[in-house]
Amino acid sequence: MLGYLIKRLLMLVPLFLGITLITFTVIHLAPGEPVEMQTAMNPKISAQTRQKLREYYGLDKPLYVQYGKWLTRLSKLDFGRSFASDNRPVIDKIKERIPITLSLNIIALVLEFGLAIPIGILAATHRETLLDRGITIFVFLGFAVPTFWLALLLMYLFGVKFGWLPISGLHSLGSEGFSPVRWLIDMGRHLLLPIAVATFGSLAGLSRYMRANMLEVLGQDYITTARAKGLGERAVIYRHALKNALLPVITLLGFSLPGLIGGSVIFETIFAIPGMGQLFYMGVMARDYPLVMGILVIGAFLTLVGNLLADLCYALADPRIRHGG
Amino acid sequence: MRIGRAARLILLSLVLLLAACMDKQPTKQAVRGPGKPAYGDAIVVGSIGDASNLIPLLASDTPSFEIAGYVYNGLVKYDKDLNLVGDLAESWDVSKDGLTITFHLRHGVKWHDGVEFTSADVLYTYRVTIDPKTPTAYAEDFKQVKRAEAPDRYTFRVTYGKPFAPALASWGMSILPSHLLEGKDITKSDLARKPVGTGPYRFKEWVAGQKIVLEAYKNYFEGEPYIGRYVYRIIPDNSTMFMELKAGGLDMMGLTPVQYQRQTDTPDFKSRFNKYRYPASAYTYLGYNLRNPMFADKRVRQAITSAINKDEIIHGVLFGMGQIAHGPYKPGTWAYNPHVKDFDYNPGRAKQLLAQAGWKQLNSDGVLVKDGKPFTFTILTNQGNDQRMKCAQIIQRRLKNVGIDVKIRVLEFASLLTNFIDKGNFDALIMGWTISQDPDIFDVWHSSKTGPKELNFIGFKNKEVDRLIEEGRSTFDVEKRKRCYYRIQEILADEQPYTFLYVPDSLPVVSSRFRGIEPAPAGITYNFIKWYVPKEEQVY
Repeated sequence: MLGYLIKRLLMLVPLFLGITLITFTVIHLAPGEPVEMQTAMNPKISAQTRQKLREYYGLDKPLYVQYGKWLTRLSKLDFGRSFASDNRPVIDKIKERIPITLSLNIIALVLEFGLAIPIGILAATHRETLLDRGITIFVFLGFAVPTFWLALLLMYLFGVKFGWLPISGLHSLGSEGFSPVRWLIDMGRHLLLPIAVATFGSLAGLSRYMRANMLEVLGQDYITTARAKGLGERAVIYRHALKNALLPVITLLGFSLPGLIGGSVIFETIFAIPGMGQLFYMGVMARDYPLVMGILVIGAFLTLVGNLLADLCYALADPRIRHGG
Repeated sequence: MRIGRAARLILLSLVLLLAACMDKQPTKQAVRGPGKPAYGDAIVVGSIGDASNLIPLLASDTPSFEIAGYVYNGLVKYDKDLNLVGDLAESWDVSKDGLTITFHLRHGVKWHDGVEFTSADVLYTYRVTIDPKTPTAYAEDFKQVKRAEAPDRYTFRVTYGKPFAPALASWGMSILPSHLLEGKDITKSDLARKPVGTGPYRFKEWVAGQKIVLEAYKNYFEGEPYIGRYVYRIIPDNSTMFMELKAGGLDMMGLTPVQYQRQTDTPDFKSRFNKYRYPASAYTYLGYNLRNPMFADKRVRQAITSAINKDEIIHGVLFGMGQIAHGPYKPGTWAYNPHVKDFDYNPGRAKQLLAQAGWKQLNSDGVLVKDGKPFTFTILTNQGNDQRMKCAQIIQRRLKNVGIDVKIRVLEFASLLTNFIDKGNFDALIMGWTISQDPDIFDVWHSSKTGPKELNFIGFKNKEVDRLIEEGRSTFDVEKRKRCYYRIQEILADEQPYTFLYVPDSLPVVSSRFRGIEPAPAGITYNFIKWYVPKEEQVY
């Protein structure tokens, strides 16, 4: 097991470097430079000014020099300063947005797993009944309805028509003066719609997956054995079938780790939630290389760690993998 | 059975949740009448984007400038009729030869931290602007300055190499506090996130991506503003912003033409909000690549303009919220020549002009042919601008009627710029310009600005226009300048290097509890410090 772990950890290093090299190159391949984006169509910019700005950002150097410099800084965990006109350290810009995105995503993830797994089990155990079909329609509706459309409709209904919920943002005006409890309630009210919409949209994938797993397991011989032994249906499903059906879900959970810091641009834009999705999108549009690289590096790192964790959990849970590796 | 109970539980909790959400404040019906001016309350303004840097010298985005406009002052500013008047400068003299401008600064102006404002601040701002180490986009105008000096605490004098008319307006740039910046690296200064200025509002807080809050500066030299707080809320989506407005979460935003015409016509909306409408300082145009032989003949360009129905575009794209543009100036400003009319919609004339230019025969697709080549070209425009996209479609259909085949290509802005415009690799494009207050148009129309990455990217070269532009920028005499710009408009109307399409309207909407708003050529916010909410209607 330890040897396996060390081998996997060592593999991460070249993989990580490869990812950064490829992303760095690809970003620079996109037409336009940060300087272009800042100075585009501005009559007051002369060629010298543009040159000066390029030198200021180090864009006049060959690409491999830029990569080398970036990598050297990264080895000291320095992501550099943003090329946007605020010129702030990239890490600061990421730091102020991560808590929002992370907490939103964790809540949504818990809800997603918490709802989708029982739904999937329910659908599997009531296979081909009205309940199963109803669930199928419900989750696919969530999957198919465009998020922004549903969000706008709900905002109109609950925000404008009834006036029950705030429409956008995270806090009410003047929430600084609220007591901690009221402040939390206020924030909860703001998050209700975004989280509901996000969860509704994500139920389909996992619940269908769970249903399929469950059905597969229920068809196995040992389930027939368990039933033949005279075990109750509940014991069969929850003690024998569920454990095995849940195994692949561990992998999915590992895969969702990098997703935790990623946000959806459309979603954040509609609800005016200043999250990572918007930050990344604006970074890309402005060709803010350090910012884009910073976010991608964190994403890549989490993906690698997530995969590793998933594999390790899998190995822990499933003796066949542990010994085979 | 168990499912039934679970469902009932869920329903119950939903009901409870909804009930918990019901504690909202009742919406107050606006009381008509001017009311009495009173201090206090707050205005919540919606913005699509967040500011980036509150040192305006280092910023290039609208939100940053909007905020900076309340926090800082320049030496001069535009008044409600768009005339230059003193701001931090009480007055100024221009020497006879037009080379030296002497600004006489206001006495007793205090920075928000209490330190007195003096000519040293102006001198610092000038120096840091032209400092090659400062990554700013605004150094160009100030590089024309030969000498800048501060003979005493309240006098600032600049001397130019040659008379330069846009110079005066350039001193409207925000003056920075030298006592907080002198000797420091401006790019790493705290002021970028916590500005200190001399303006009517002082900075309070900035929650990135959410809001920026300013509060009234009691010692403002023109008097304390009535409205106590200015809250700038960032809502990136226009539909969301509009719903926030209707729900009472916003007091002011800019409407789209559809919202103005179709979605705000209810009695309820009208009683709670006031809509305003005045021409924006911008125009949209169809520009031709004059290096392309297809557009070399001006009759062809005149024909295309004749084939386009600008009224239809304004109606279809802007719901009537705009006016026809005939040239690069805003109707009603002093440089605008009201006598110049270019080619109105007349497809008959368009066909005639095209025939004169040699485009006579139609091929089997109904497209004009000359020397065996069909008249077909591509209009480029940038992604994310729905109005330009629709313009292109309307133009496409109209040109088809006179036998011109138009294709439309929408590109991401960066790609449009680097791969097409900068390389001169395009037939025609639909873009827009903002109209600066000073009518100097050197950068867009002078023949020396046709190089790569320069703004005369259509390659317009006209000796007379060159001479008039140079003359217009080298004198402070408004009458003389006016003559130059009037003539330029006549030439452009005849040459049609662009088909000038329209000047859109600005459509701000403000909650009706705010009084004292007086629309003028400069818009509505020029007298913001005089806006007020009568005591009985204050909300915050």
